[in-house]
Amino acid sequence: MSLTTAPAPAASPATPRARPTRSRGATQRFRDVVVLTGRNLLHIKREPLQLSDVTVQPVLFTLLFIYVFGSGVVLPGGGSYKDFAIAGLLAMNLTTSSMGTAVGLSSDLGSGVIDRFRTLSMWRPAVLVGRSLADLMTAVICSAFVGATGLLVGWRPDAGVASVAAGFAIFLLFSYALSWGCACLGMVSKSAESAQGIGLVILFPLAIVSNALVPTEHMPVVLRTIADWNPVSAVTTASRKFFGNPNPSVTIHAWPMQHAVLASLLWSVALIAIFAPLATALYRRRTTD
Amino acid sequence: MTHDLMIEARGLRKSFGPTVALDGIDLEVPAGAILGVLGPNGAGKTTAVRILTTLSIPDAGSARVAGHDVVREAAAVQRNIGVTAQDATLDEVLTGRENLVMIGRLSGLRRAQARLRAAELLDQFDLVDAADRVLKEYSGGMRRRLDLAAGLLTRPPVLFLDEPTTGLDPTSRVRMWEVIRGLVADGVTLLLTTQYLDEADELADRIVVIDHGRVIANGTSAELKTQTGGARLELTLSEVHTAAAQVLAPFVEGAVHVSHDGRRLRAPVRATTGLASTVVRALDDAGITVDDVELRQPSLDDVFFALTGHPTEEPDNADLEVARS
Ligand SMILES: Nc1ncnc2c1ncn2[C@@H]1O[C@H](COP(=O)(O)OP(=O)(O)OP(=O)(O)O)[C@@H](O)[C@H]1O
Ligand SMILES: [Mg+2]
Repeated sequence: MSLTTAPAPAASPATPRARPTRSRGATQRFRDVVVLTGRNLLHIKREPLQLSDVTVQPVLFTLLFIYVFGSGVVLPGGGSYKDFAIAGLLAMNLTTSSMGTAVGLSSDLGSGVIDRFRTLSMWRPAVLVGRSLADLMTAVICSAFVGATGLLVGWRPDAGVASVAAGFAIFLLFSYALSWGCACLGMVSKSAESAQGIGLVILFPLAIVSNALVPTEHMPVVLRTIADWNPVSAVTTASRKFFGNPNPSVTIHAWPMQHAVLASLLWSVALIAIFAPLATALYRRRTTD
Repeated sequence: MTHDLMIEARGLRKSFGPTVALDGIDLEVPAGAILGVLGPNGAGKTTAVRILTTLSIPDAGSARVAGHDVVREAAAVQRNIGVTAQDATLDEVLTGRENLVMIGRLSGLRRAQARLRAAELLDQFDLVDAADRVLKEYSGGMRRRLDLAAGLLTRPPVLFLDEPTTGLDPTSRVRMWEVIRGLVADGVTLLLTTQYLDEADELADRIVVIDHGRVIANGTSAELKTQTGGARLELTLSEVHTAAAQVLAPFVEGAVHVSHDGRRLRAPVRATTGLASTVVRALDDAGITVDDVELRQPSLDDVFFALTGHPTEEPDNADLEVARS
């Protein structure tokens, strides 16, 4: 055997091999983000449950709410429930689907794949940024399904194309902001299942105790106050404004209802300002041992 | 000179709560060498690898890989290493090829480079047919090979393989050994952990035996074997023969041990060429027929037993401080 007492093969100095060009600058960071966004989108495409969350569910919700609630809700100030409902359904779908961020991140953290990423010389926050961007893409798809279903059953915005686009955009921004909050949730939960459970408990009331699906006027005072200050209500009101759809909340005196667009933007910026750094810190903590 | 060391660890310590995983470990691997880190379950192998691959921060001690400090210059270390962890670190939802391309790109390769390299590796690791299937459909051996390939995308000069063959069937295991030998022929520096004593023997230039977070032995395979006292000759006679031990005496190094039934004889020997046939011929000349003869090299199991006083199967045996002097 050649392994006897001879010392290890003569040590050649650490010759640099053909290394990939590695400017760790903005280009590489951008590339890391693009690669991981693509990877997360593939996940959504290949996981039937996640895929149905952004395709089947929005269609189903839209049809159910319009036909079930639509028959019972009388809007103060008049207007058709269909026209009222679409912004609310965007709120409902985008709020609950932001949970995907929490579930996706915590299942990544539970698998070995994050360890693999951590041994690569990649830009660390790309894991989070790639996740949030993929979720933004799915929010785009999800809202497209809501909008298309709405149009099919007779939703008619009463505004110019740019204004309608702004109505969607303000929702997408909010959903992006919310997904940073959900990223934090994913980081502190032990498993994908618990992330899903906790997420539901937080996000479902957030979507429901708002003016998204019914006008707040007839709610009990406490609920009504919460609803009027709920960021989801501000975004929904702003979006209805942009769509030119029935918008009973504009007569409510609460500040966010009077300044819905500004309030929505402030909420979104505030959520990102708080949760993006927090998520980064939590990620660092969770992946340090 | 320490400059020739590609992996160098000094006094690494790491605890998890009350559990001391590493209790002051020193490791040295010169460029181009293969170090086998051998130890039973819970010895601290994975903890050591995680520290050396920047995944974990030691409580005390320091380590340099490819000349860079694993804590302070983690990014530089990451550019020089390939890692195959003990547990799968690949994306189950992606195909083999997608996994490799993704990892290549995240390591800084351009898209075309990453694709090319992924194709090369899939070919080299015999995964071409499975390349475009998602990992959920892979067998354990295929996953293991892909996990190894994933560490090689950038042709890193230093490789860490944490129990590369655990869970593989004997055929896949031998195949993995061939793959690993091939890598080493390319001149990479390799640190390999294993619970399989024969694996360390097969692959490593030097072996470090660790147990309960400490290095209990360090040397070449041959050096370790010497510590258990050389080879043994074992004979089974066709029938009991009182003269057998006497006939044997001139050929052996110590006392001949005869079993209770008198048919089996055992003695330490210096293994020389033709020893077995010489012994059998001598017995034959004395009219003693032999059913079975075996010249046993000590296995690393024997080494482990000699070092720790407990077999490898019982990692929690307390009295291990007998260790070595
Ligand atoms: N993250 C952790 N938290 C708590 N204890 C840990 C952790 N990682 C390792 N340990 C403990 O540290 C000790 C060493 O573990 P390690 O995984 O390094 O052993 P190993 O030699 O790799 O074992 P195996 O052969 O089973 O892989 C064990 O007692 C283990 O339980
Ligand atoms: Mg281990």
